[in-house]
Amino acid sequence: MINKEPVITVKNMVKRFGTFVANDNLNFEVYKGEIFGFIGANGAGKTTAIRILCGLSTPTSGEMNVAGYDIYHQTEKIKKNIGYMSQKFSLYEDLTVAENIRFFGGVYGMKITERKARTEEMLERLDLMAFKNRKIGDLPLGWKQKLAFSIAILHNPKIVFLDEPTGGVDPITRRQFWNLIYEAVQKGITVFVTTHYMDEAEYCDRVSIMSEGQIVALDTPENLKKQYNAINMDEVFLKIAR
Amino acid sequence: MIEVQNIRKQYGDVVALENVSLSIQRGELFGLIGPDGAGKTTLMRILMSLLLPTAGSASMDNLDVVKDYKKVRLITGYMPGRFSLYPDLTVEENLKFFATVFGTTIEENDHLIKDIYQQIEPFKTRRAGQLSGGMKQKLALSCALIHKPEILILDEPTTGVDAVSRKEFWEMLKRLKNMGITILVSTPYMDEATLCDRIALIQEGKIMSVATPEEMMHSFPEDLWTVRSRKIYNTSKILEIIPSLISVNSFGQVLHLVTAKGQHTTESIREFLTKNGENDIIVESDKATIEDVFILLMQKHNQTV
Repeated sequence: MINKEPVITVKNMVKRFGTFVANDNLNFEVYKGEIFGFIGANGAGKTTAIRILCGLSTPTSGEMNVAGYDIYHQTEKIKKNIGYMSQKFSLYEDLTVAENIRFFGGVYGMKITERKARTEEMLERLDLMAFKNRKIGDLPLGWKQKLAFSIAILHNPKIVFLDEPTGGVDPITRRQFWNLIYEAVQKGITVFVTTHYMDEAEYCDRVSIMSEGQIVALDTPENLKKQYNAINMDEVFLKIAR
Repeated sequence: MIEVQNIRKQYGDVVALENVSLSIQRGELFGLIGPDGAGKTTLMRILMSLLLPTAGSASMDNLDVVKDYKKVRLITGYMPGRFSLYPDLTVEENLKFFATVFGTTIEENDHLIKDIYQQIEPFKTRRAGQLSGGMKQKLALSCALIHKPEILILDEPTTGVDAVSRKEFWEMLKRLKNMGITILVSTPYMDEATLCDRIALIQEGKIMSVATPEEMMHSFPEDLWTVRSRKIYNTSKILEIIPSLISVNSFGQVLHLVTAKGQHTTESIREFLTKNGENDIIVESDKATIEDVFILLMQKHNQTV
């Protein structure tokens, strides 16, 4: 599934806010079709890096390429080729399910016929047809998150960035959410995900661990467990971050 | 110490809490475990006299939370889910403010907060709004403790906090419990449940179960198996059609397979998998975690709806 063809390339990425170094010389590649886990303590610099990779913030220095486009000069192209969702912002609460889909389809520049076909297919698959005209605010959190993810990949992006997508979600929905991630990967979408649930780190093909602005470990969960002599990723994380 | 009797809370058509009853002992570290929207915050806000229940009653140290709300507030410390200190005041100013409101001083209750406050003291002239998540959490806990409360109510103190800070926070709670403070804490992280003396599992406004974590895990009514395989996703798809299946879920690098009591052995499961083309599988009988218990209770609840 993974053919080591990079869809994200990061070389010497630095981001400073005044004297504070949020990202201190990051170097990594994300391959096409992989689930790339981005783990780290609060304030380690994860969100800063994601914002740069999504074209929302300019790095201080370094070379970065996302989905084949340069991070300095082609941010609009990048935005068309990625999807994004987070726990904090996903969908508009005051719009209905259908209106949200229409809105995001429009933002991503999808053709009307394509959007309509995909909407039907998506609502069918999520079992949400009956709730098409319900406001997002009335839906349970778990449904919202599943819907938000499906909308983030509605335009079939090359990469989808998920920033703590499962925070506070019940354990059944959390697993259904990961099944959606696997399905997206099977369609060839690359997944870049952050999480505080260490069992979810196990579901990633590779995991990078950030601490104080630097990447201190990057490998498959299996290799990391071996390297740190740990029984699970929780232990790996504790050993590294403490 | 905390008595909740048949509490119901309704917002329009939405029932946030349905007939909730709980009894929490003095000195207990009690966990309210459930996902977002389960009703944890609503219950805590009722106990803190910030919301009125639609029906039912609750008391803390024999003080009614509605009638005696002023007295209740004096004996309780509360840490809401959203950071609610003054972002424009410094760390020290926030702490002083809360001490003054309760007619005490930082010095008087220094022994209570020392352990926690020490960690943020180097930043005491920094504005609270400028602190990192972990530091905000420690300051909020210090402020909740400054008037030496008998009861602490903490609403999701570890949500969105990384695994290391979460561990540290629970160690702090243990120490406070040992000082005799009764603690009611809510969390969506199932793995934190085992750190409590007793827990209530809450979902959609209803308490599904109350017990010690050990009791809950031991009284798991079905058989649970850990299944290891190289292609976990494929294996889980195949297990979805095994006879007597109750559920199959991924738990990190392994699968947890739950089947009806007494219907399977490790051999019969392995046989089933081999027949369906899955080799190199390890099947072991295992004990349920709190998350397994929660999933099972949720499943049963969904079936009856």
